[in-house]
Amino acid sequence: MMQTEVFEKVVGILKPFVREPEALERVGPDTSILGDLKVNSARLVDVVLEMEDAFGIAISDEEADSVRSVGDAVSLVLRKR
Amino acid sequence: MSARGDERREVQAGRAAWARPAAKRETPARVVVTGLGVIAPNAHGADAFAAALRGMKSGIRRHERLAELGFACQVGGVPEGVEALRTRYLREEELLAMNPNMVYAAIAAIDAWKHAGLAQPGPEDEPDWGAGAILGTGIGGIDTIAEQLVPRVDAGKVSRLGSTMVERIMSSGNSARVAGLLALGNQVSTNSSACTTGTEAVVQAFLRIRSGLAARMLAGGSEGHSPYIWAGFDGMRVLARGKNDRPEEASRPMSATASGFVPGSGAGVLLLESLESARRRGARILAEVIGGYVNCGGHRGGGSMTAPNPTGVRRCIRGAVEMAGIHPSRIGAINGHLTATFADPHEVASWAAALDLPPSRMPWIHSTKSLIGHALGAAGGIECVASVLELAGGFVHGSANCEDLHPALAPFAERIPHRTIDAPDLDVVAKASFGFGDVNGCAIFRRFHEE
Repeated sequence: MMQTEVFEKVVGILKPFVREPEALERVGPDTSILGDLKVNSARLVDVVLEMEDAFGIAISDEEADSVRSVGDAVSLVLRKR
Repeated sequence: MSARGDERREVQAGRAAWARPAAKRETPARVVVTGLGVIAPNAHGADAFAAALRGMKSGIRRHERLAELGFACQVGGVPEGVEALRTRYLREEELLAMNPNMVYAAIAAIDAWKHAGLAQPGPEDEPDWGAGAILGTGIGGIDTIAEQLVPRVDAGKVSRLGSTMVERIMSSGNSARVAGLLALGNQVSTNSSACTTGTEAVVQAFLRIRSGLAARMLAGGSEGHSPYIWAGFDGMRVLARGKNDRPEEASRPMSATASGFVPGSGAGVLLLESLESARRRGARILAEVIGGYVNCGGHRGGGSMTAPNPTGVRRCIRGAVEMAGIHPSRIGAINGHLTATFADPHEVASWAAALDLPPSRMPWIHSTKSLIGHALGAAGGIECVASVLELAGGFVHGSANCEDLHPALAPFAERIPHRTIDAPDLDVVAKASFGFGDVNGCAIFRRFHEE
C-alpha cells in the first residue's frame, strides 16, 4: 500500500471524529489530530481500533500514545505493515 | 445575546436574582414556560404535536420484531422519521456516542431551547451559568448494554469496546449530552423515578428556579424503545394484550377492556424560566407553573413497589394544589397518569378525593397515553408538554378508546371526553404521574396572567 493510499485511509478513519471540518480541507502530514482537527482525546481509542481493523495491524498503547499528527499515524501504519 | 451578557455581568457582581442564595430572596420567583420540545410517537415538534393531539392521531403501531420474540404485546409507540432528523440536529461525531434515548432528549431539548427564542451557542461561547437541565430517564441505555456491552465483555473483548460505551450507558447520558449542545452552566442532572420521572424533573426544575438558584431550566424526560426496555414489563403481564391486530385501539386507559399499557418512547422537554428572565428578554410566555409536588407512599397503606398508596397520591395532588394557591374547582382539566391498567379507577378516585369535588364538578379527565402509549421515563415530560399545549391552544384532547368506560368510572362519565373539546376558557391544567416505587409527582400549569 502506497503512502498516499495509507494517508487517505487514515484521514477517512479520522473524519467522523473531526470537530473542525474546515481543518480537514487542508489536512496534511503535519496536521495535529487533537489541536487542528479538534478530535476529542477520548476518541483516539476508537481511531486506533479502526486503524487496527483497516490495516490488519496491532497497535500497542505506547505506540498509540506517540501519535500526534496525521503523519505520525501514517508512519506508524507503514512501519507495522 | 445582550440579555445573556447582562446576566453574566450580574452574576459576576452577585446581583442576578438566580445567583443569590435562596434564603436571601424575599418572595419565591414566578416560573413560566417559554419553550416546548417534543418527539412523540404521533408527532415531532410542538405545533405538530398540538395538531396531533387535537386530531387524536394515534402513534401506536404493530412491531413485527416483538412478535418474532414472543412478546404478548406486539404494539408500541415509536417516533417516526428519526433517522433523517438525527443528522439534522447532531453531528456524526456526537451521534457516535449516543443511544436513541439520548438522541430523543437532544432533539426535544434543542427544540425547546429554540422554541423559547434562544440561540444555539457555538463551541467558543461561554456557558450560560443561569441555565441548566434536569432530564430524566426510566430505563436509560439498557439497549446499548444488551446489544453491545454484554456480548463484547462476555467474549473477552473489553479492549474492543471503544471510548463511547460509558457515555452511552451512564444514567446521566441524556442530560450530559444536552449540556454540551447548549453550553449549560447551571445544574445538569438526570433524575429517575420510574414512570414519575418526567413530571418529577419538571417539578424539580420549577422549584430550583422558584428558589432563585437558576434562571432557566430544561426539564422533562426521554426514553428509548427496544425489546430489552419493554421485555420486563411484558414478562410482568402489565403490557396490553389482545389488540395486536388493531394497534390504534390497543391503548385503552379508563376502559372496561383495558388490559395493560402500550409501551411508548420519545422525549418531552419544557424550557422553564423565571418570569424576570422571560420579561428581560421579551420571551413569549406559554403558561405559568404555579404548583408542584413530589412524594412517595412508602409502600404502606396498600402501596408497594408496583402499586400506589392512595394516601400518598392524594397528599401529592393536594401538595401541588396548595402551593398553587387555587381552589380545586379552578382546575379545568386533569392530564392523568392513566396508563390502562387496573389502577385507572383508583387514580380517578384519588383525584376526586384529593380535590374534594363531586364527580359532576370534576375537571375534564383524559389520558394522552391513549394516543401515544406509555413512554415510561419520558411520559411525564411529553404529557407536561401536552398540558401546556392544551392550555395555550384552549382545547382538551379526546381520551381515545374508552367508549366502553370502566364501570367504576360511571359517575365520572360526563367528565371524560371521547372527542376533542374546544376550551377557550381553560385556565388551569393539573398533570400527575405515578411510578413504580410508589412515587408520585404533580405539576399545576396555568395560563399566564400579568397580575
